[in-house]
Order: sequence, then C-alpha cells, then structure tokens
Amino acid sequence: MSIVVILKASTIQIHQPTKEIMKQTDFVDIVMPFKDKVFRLAKRLLVSREEAEDATQEILLKLWKNRKKISDYKNVEAFSMTMTKNFCLDRLKSKQAQNLKIVHSNYTDNNSSLQTQVEAKDSVNWISLIMEDLPEQQKIIVQLRDIEEYDYAEIAKMLDMNETAIRVNLSRARKTIREKLTNTHQHGIK
Amino acid sequence: MVLNNIEKLIEKYHNAETSLQEEAQLKAYFLSGNVAPHLEHYRPMFQYFSQSKTEQYTKDVPLKSNKAKLYQWISVAAVAVLMLGLVVPNFMGPTEEEKQEALMAYNQTVEAFSLISIGMNEGKQQLSSLVLVSDNLNEGIEEAGRLSEFTETTNKIFKNK
Repeated sequence: MSIVVILKASTIQIHQPTKEIMKQTDFVDIVMPFKDKVFRLAKRLLVSREEAEDATQEILLKLWKNRKKISDYKNVEAFSMTMTKNFCLDRLKSKQAQNLKIVHSNYTDNNSSLQTQVEAKDSVNWISLIMEDLPEQQKIIVQLRDIEEYDYAEIAKMLDMNETAIRVNLSRARKTIREKLTNTHQHGIK
Repeated sequence: MVLNNIEKLIEKYHNAETSLQEEAQLKAYFLSGNVAPHLEHYRPMFQYFSQSKTEQYTKDVPLKSNKAKLYQWISVAAVAVLMLGLVVPNFMGPTEEEKQEALMAYNQTVEAFSLISIGMNEGKQQLSSLVLVSDNLNEGIEEAGRLSEFTETTNKIFKNK
C-alpha cells in the first residue's frame, strides 16, 4: 500500500510542471539539441543557406506557437524533423510552380554541369553536388542516416515509411554516390 | 585483417545493411588519414558527411511571438478606429448642441414667418377699409346721378316758365 501511495505522489509531482505554460528557457532547452539538425535538413533540400535559415526560423516559431502541445508529444525532435521535411518540400513545390515558365530544362542542365565543373575544385564539395542530384526522398534519407546518424526506427517514424523501404532507398542513394565517385576517380576531376 | 573487414563493411554499407556502430567504424577509418589507395575515392564522402554535421544554425529566433502578433494587429486596429471615426457620426445623428441650434433656427424662422403674416393681415385689413371707401364712393356716385336727374327736372321746369 505504502509503495503505491509514494508512486502516485511522485507521478503527480512530475506531471504538474509540464501542465503549466512552457517558459522560453524550457523551450530553448528542448529545441537547442536539434535546431542544427533542422537547419541542415532544410539546407539539404533548399540548398541555399538563406532559405534554409528562413525555413528553420519558421519551424522554430511554429514549435513556439504550439508549445502548449509540445509537452504532449513523446518525441519533439522526430516531430520537428517531419515538420521540416514537409515544410521544405512544400517550399520546393511552390518554387517549382513559380519558376516553371522561366526555367527551361535544357538551360538548367547546362548550367548545373557548368556549375559542377567550377565548384568541384575539391572533391569534398563534389559530394554535395552529387547529393543535389539525388531524388528528394533519397536526399532526406542520406541526410538523416549518414550525416545525422539516426537509427532506422527513428527515420521510419519521421518519414512515415517502413524500415525496408528506407533501406532500399538508402542503398540506391549510396550506390549512386559510389558510381559517380568512382567515375570521377577513374577519369580524374575535370 | 582490418582492410578486409573495411571492404566487407563498405559492401554492407552500400546495401544499407550496416548498423550505426559499423558506420561509425567506417567513418573513423576514412578520417584516420591512413586509407588504402584503392579505397581512397570513398574518403571525400565520409569527410563530407562529418563536415556537414558540424554546420550550425546561428541566427537568433525572435520567440516573443505574442508581442509580434500584437504589433501585426496594431495596423488593423488603426484602420478600424479610422473607419469608426468616419462611420459612427453618420449613425449617431446630430449631437445635443446641433439639435439645439436647429431648434433655435426653426424658432427664429417661425417667428419671422409669423411677423410677416401679421404684416400681411394688417395689409388685408387696410385693403378691406379701401373696399369700404370704394363702396361709399359708388353710393356717392349714385347719389350724384340722382342729383343730376334732379337738376334736369329743375331745368325743364325753368324752361317751361
């Protein structure tokens, strides 16, 4: 009997602070550990640093607005990464819709290959260009696995996919990167 | 051998079958600077991955969203007040002062009109006295007619004499 009573008392003590409205410092404590991850995912998808910064700011403000709900989420980080992914993909969609008339496909192809030649001065930079050419889904998965080092279960939750599908996509992406790497290795960087 | 192990890991890596620990092992190997020549071309990839992880978000985020919201609404409030200023007087109608002024103006015109009507009535009375005069005159003329007949008969009498 006495143990049960103590347990109940302790759960009440734990639960009460979360019911209050979250203070700014609490919020920062929650968000700080993964804000860079949000930013890096945004940058992987949006490429430009400024756009990634804007996106990150927007995500963090959204979280701040919903701070009352945050305490209910079990995994704020995974939730935020999902939000970031959706937000950036929406951005890209609307950007594509806007640019459709201006950008001709031939023109962009030439441009990117020219850019590739100019920017691939060092081979590390070259990897980022290879990754830019990957499909969005694969980009996200490589970002989450190879850079952020999440385990498959977490990635599955963030992307709402099963683990096998993630492994298949990841394998494809890694092989594409390897192919392009070995090509440049054999022919030398132009 | 270590190299053999690494080669196996790379193969597993490309099939997405490596665990996080094994991937960490690969990263450590390729960042060690002691990479076998035939694996050299993988090095920039792992370098890039570990470099990318150091990138940080440095901008400050204005978290006082409540206040920001307030500022956003200030312009709306200003417009609303302006509209009220334009619309409400029309709805509310004249003020007490304006009502009194209007009443005074009304009273004054009524007074002026009544003065005029008094004048008109006086004029009318004078006109009726004029009518009386003209009646008298007509009577006088008739009398004068009788007088002239009277003189005619007297003249006849005088002729007969």
